[in-house]
Amino acid sequence: MSEAAISAEGLVRTFGDVRALDGVDLEVPEATVLGLLGPNGAGKTTAVRVLTTLLRPDSGRASVAGVDVLKHPDKVRSLIGLSGQYAAVDEYLTGQENLQMVGELYQMSAREAKARARELLKRFSLDDAAGRIAKTYSGGMRRRLDLAAALVVRPPVMFLDEPTTGLDPRNRMALWEVIEELVGEGTTLLLTTQYLEEADRLAHDIAVVDRGRVIARGTADQLKAQIGGERVEVVVTDSAALPLAVEALAPYAIGEPTVEPHTRRITVPVTGGARVLADVIRDLDARGILIHDIGLRRPTLDDVFLSLTGHVTEAEEGGDEDEGGPQSPDGETGAGRRAGRKKARV
Amino acid sequence: MTAMNDSFVVAKRNVRRMTRIPEVLVFGLIQPVMFVLLFTYVMGGAITVPGATTDPNAYKQYLIAGIFAQTVTFAVAGASAGISEDMTKGLVDRFRSLPMARGAVLTGRTLADSVQTALILVVLSIVSLLIGWRTHNDLWKVFCGFLLLLLLGYAFSWIGALIGLSVRSPEAATSAGLVWLFPLTFISNAFVPVATMPGWLQPIAYWNPFSATVQAVRQLFGNVPPGMVQTAWPMKHAIPVSIGWSVLIIVVFRTLAVRKYRLADG
Ligand SMILES: Nc1ncnc2c1ncn2[C@@H]1O[C@H](COP(=O)(O)OP(=O)(O)OP(=O)(O)O)[C@@H](O)[C@H]1O
Ligand SMILES: [Mg+2]
Repeated sequence: MSEAAISAEGLVRTFGDVRALDGVDLEVPEATVLGLLGPNGAGKTTAVRVLTTLLRPDSGRASVAGVDVLKHPDKVRSLIGLSGQYAAVDEYLTGQENLQMVGELYQMSAREAKARARELLKRFSLDDAAGRIAKTYSGGMRRRLDLAAALVVRPPVMFLDEPTTGLDPRNRMALWEVIEELVGEGTTLLLTTQYLEEADRLAHDIAVVDRGRVIARGTADQLKAQIGGERVEVVVTDSAALPLAVEALAPYAIGEPTVEPHTRRITVPVTGGARVLADVIRDLDARGILIHDIGLRRPTLDDVFLSLTGHVTEAEEGGDEDEGGPQSPDGETGAGRRAGRKKARV
Repeated sequence: MTAMNDSFVVAKRNVRRMTRIPEVLVFGLIQPVMFVLLFTYVMGGAITVPGATTDPNAYKQYLIAGIFAQTVTFAVAGASAGISEDMTKGLVDRFRSLPMARGAVLTGRTLADSVQTALILVVLSIVSLLIGWRTHNDLWKVFCGFLLLLLLGYAFSWIGALIGLSVRSPEAATSAGLVWLFPLTFISNAFVPVATMPGWLQPIAYWNPFSATVQAVRQLFGNVPPGMVQTAWPMKHAIPVSIGWSVLIIVVFRTLAVRKYRLADG
């Protein structure tokens, strides 16, 4: 308990009828990363805002670095760095001036603040734009400036709300490196993200949040193990061959196969890895079933996420109607495909 | 003294923003300059000031203190729009996550507004001198007149800060900051002598906090018409009443605004 750099117990916060937080408990040991995952509107940002003193919970307790967030918000503020979901930079100040201002508000001398600002701008590849007002920055540049602002004093506890949203792959990777370095130096980090790959790579522990509650927690591996092992996915060329293919796959299945007639896809849980895949291909071939696509899939965090939250996110509810979407099923990401399937079931 | 440092840092930021968006300052100037010209050349001829000489310049001398005072009250709109914009752009979240002194964000804003007000007063004074306005008093008294104006502007920017924290969008903040200023500044001694108003309106005009400053500044500038007799109590003690009102406004609205800022939520 006293070891935890961030801890929260029974946080509740409502906005009118919406229970944004509905009894959230969190525990982040020192020098580790907790990844907060959850669909849009799950309450991630609300949790971050409560823990960073921006929002008062209706009930519950929280502490950061052993300091009570509700009783000593001022003390907490000197221990944290925050980069919120939307970049909070002054558009009419230059990058340099923005960071310098934050430094000076942490009571640094003007010289110190200036030097630190320069260092951070370099680290976030903003040195070329340092003298331009932030209004002229691209979305990703603003985002990076905001992240730099969270790092001005090397705080022991950091909160990053969707830090890599809007960053290109190179900058995303660069930020991951910065984060790993900080955590290596002992920083504790709470990170929210929609990129499960990011949680997989950075987070020691993951908490899945949905409708204001933590519905699962554990390491990425533990969570993946929870929803089961590998699967073979087959897409046949001719939908008439589906029943035949299901029959052919039956001996390998260790659970119920899923059939999606209009994408001509069959998914069966298996064990045995690539060897099974080779056997399946041979078997199907022997029966003269034409294979459009086949693959062995290990569960990803996407699968965990979707099987746990069990409903499509708000954004998707209003969106594409026909399953499979406008892109070809083969070109879709795992998340898109699983989301589509979930929706068909709901 | 973190409170002073923080307020100063925020003030510096706001003054910097001012230099990056000079339009704001320019438009802030156009309105009062237009008022000076409109009132002196369009309405001036129709308004006679009791106790003034028949000199065609007399109304000008009477008017300028009123226009100056009205101009400084427009600091309300700057403060309310600025604070509201910081709220919607998420900057207030950034500030509130820092270990800053309470109220420094608002103090920094109001201080920066005072810098802007001072600049506008300088330009406005030059324009007024060009069209024939003159002070008739010791220079230090004239200077004190300007200090009273700045104090009133500072007080009003705290009202603006509270408005900015209370409305949901910068556009609403600008109009909410301005609508009540017109009745407030017109039901006063700023543009016409109160004695010419209907009887029931006169006490309101005399006790209007704004009128006290106008009268005090007129006195300090030496612009009170020589034959004008003041019988209303706030007018006879205009300088202390002006200071009193300004200080009272600062205390009340600063307290409310800082509390609102700290509780700002969601
Ligand atoms: N200030 C507010 N006023 C009213 N409702 C709010 C407010 N802030 C959040 N909510 C509601 O609380 C719920 C949780 O919102 P929150 O921003 O915490 O979600 P999130 O998990 O961060 O979502 P996203 O992934 O889209 O960022 C949502 O239903 C949202 O509409
Ligand atoms: Mg969010």
